[in-house]
Amino acid sequence: MATVTFDHVWKKFGDVVAVNDLNLEIQDGEFMVLVGPSGCGKTTSLRMIAGLEEISDGSLRIGDRVVNNVPPKDRDIAMVFQSYALYPHMTVRDNLAFGLKLRKTPKADIDKRVQEAAAMLSLENLLNRKPRELSGGQRQRVALGRAIVREPAVFLMDEPLSNLDAKLRVQTRAEIARLHQRLKVTTVYVTHDQVEAMTMGQRIAVMSEARLQQVGTPQSLYDHPANRFVAGFIGSPSMNFMNVTASGTGDSVVLRNDAIEVTLPEPFRGRLPASGNVVLGIRPEHLAMSGASAAGTLKGGADVVEYLGNEELIHVNAAGQDIVAVIGSEHRIRPGDQLNLQVPLEKVHLFDPESGVSLSPMAGQAAG
Amino acid sequence: MAGTRQDRLGISPTAAGKHAILIGYSFIAIAPVALIIINSFKERMPIFKQPLDLPTAETFTLAGYETLGKRGDFGAWLGNSVLVTGGSLLLVLLLGAMAAFALARYRFMGSRVLGLYLAIGIMIPIRLGTVSLLGILQGLGLTNQLAGLVLVYTAAGLPLAVFVLSAFFREVPRDLEDAARVDGANDWHVFAMIVRLARPALAAVAILTMIPVWNDLWWPLVAAPGVPTLTLGSQQFLGQFVSDWNAVLAALTVAMIPMLVLYVVFNRQFVRGLMGGALK
Repeated sequence: MATVTFDHVWKKFGDVVAVNDLNLEIQDGEFMVLVGPSGCGKTTSLRMIAGLEEISDGSLRIGDRVVNNVPPKDRDIAMVFQSYALYPHMTVRDNLAFGLKLRKTPKADIDKRVQEAAAMLSLENLLNRKPRELSGGQRQRVALGRAIVREPAVFLMDEPLSNLDAKLRVQTRAEIARLHQRLKVTTVYVTHDQVEAMTMGQRIAVMSEARLQQVGTPQSLYDHPANRFVAGFIGSPSMNFMNVTASGTGDSVVLRNDAIEVTLPEPFRGRLPASGNVVLGIRPEHLAMSGASAAGTLKGGADVVEYLGNEELIHVNAAGQDIVAVIGSEHRIRPGDQLNLQVPLEKVHLFDPESGVSLSPMAGQAAG
Repeated sequence: MAGTRQDRLGISPTAAGKHAILIGYSFIAIAPVALIIINSFKERMPIFKQPLDLPTAETFTLAGYETLGKRGDFGAWLGNSVLVTGGSLLLVLLLGAMAAFALARYRFMGSRVLGLYLAIGIMIPIRLGTVSLLGILQGLGLTNQLAGLVLVYTAAGLPLAVFVLSAFFREVPRDLEDAARVDGANDWHVFAMIVRLARPALAAVAILTMIPVWNDLWWPLVAAPGVPTLTLGSQQFLGQFVSDWNAVLAALTVAMIPMLVLYVVFNRQFVRGLMGGALK
């Protein structure tokens, strides 16, 4: 087992910067998720740990060893690929054993470890099959097994669930989490799916446009996003954003636009930009139905109602802006209804309109 | 009844047309070969009088084959052909695969230009260089040597081999190579795996390479008449005034056998769906 440390790491493909000054320390035994939209540099970062991409600048350490120029085979890592990349001409047994054979592990030891991994992943009955005779889920398990038998210091997983159907994905998600609890091997897991990130990661590193945006536990990212990107990326449905203007002074500062009027929450006092323009963020699940058009509410007409069973996703047209609210389905809202939505002040996020940086004193506090 | 039968067989007019063309082509391809084999078992006169007839009790003879047996050098010719073809095949596949691997899997300056340079060799017949190649062979002391022939054929076969193999090697997904490298593979392991996965391409290249070499008359004639291959040796049965047709046809028939065997061996490598299950 080992830590993985990015120290001012850059990756450039020609003039294109794929990873911009990445600093990240992954703890021993930690399950770290790298998440972000496609092209954000997360897979490139993972491949740099694997040794499959050269590092343009900075240094990368696995444990105490700088591995910038160490070939993949000497890094003591195992990787699960998005495409699985099983060796098509080998049986499942040989796929699992391949890495051990190349490392000249004694035959008896190989057999034992292959058996153990196969048992762990319920592959015992498939050992003599070729990959083409397996279902998608089975192939995925073989890919996991190939990493497990190696007993590496670090597991690297590149979107391992993206080719599975929805049901299998949820199952395998739990399976990987269970494997990690059992093996306690440092794991770096790349995904573009924030749900996967939130459910699996002990800590999550959010990346966008080649830069690390924020690192933290799922809770800290959800509660205290460092900037507008993280706020919008983490959580589903996404956070609502509205441009508002501050007016008044002292204790009675009010944030308003045509659809909303709320008092400035206490933690933000004295932190607003001089212009008074800020971006207000509120999560759909924090909006609640309110009877009257009182202060601290958001007014608008329901546009589209998406019924989900226990709750409804309501698209509200609030003075021309599309606001999403998650409301209990007992309210039976219909398109065209005029709504007043309660905005709980303690759940409000404020961001600088220019830089997108959070104005909250708590933002990014829990970052590690 | 005829109608239902046709329906059951599902032969549409277009399919029938296609089959007519294919059957016609097969006939054109097979007929000369069949004629050679049939007539190699007939007496001299019936070969000319009834060339299309199968051998009967009266016309049947093994005279041609007996001539081959009596001419002590026939075995040597066959051996020369096997050595030259086998040696060339081995070198073309080995060197071609290695060059193709480098061109397909490594990123280096000028790899594209180098690939094109090698591809030019496909378009220029090596016989155009006969005079200078003979000079080189002479300088190396390789005239009248099987090794000289092997080198010439290897040079002639490499461009196509590199071209075809590099196209196939590029098709092997990068993830497989990455997975192998993470698993501990070095360049040789990766090379072995990719060659293994591109086996159908190797088989195709092998067939394309061996047939012209086996059949070639030119290079044995100009560069190594002292160590005749089967094709060159058989020419001795063809004289200006008298030709021993029995022996010529028998020699040609025997010459087909090794090629047929190799063809069957390589053809079995065309397994479909070799990459099945690697990805997704």
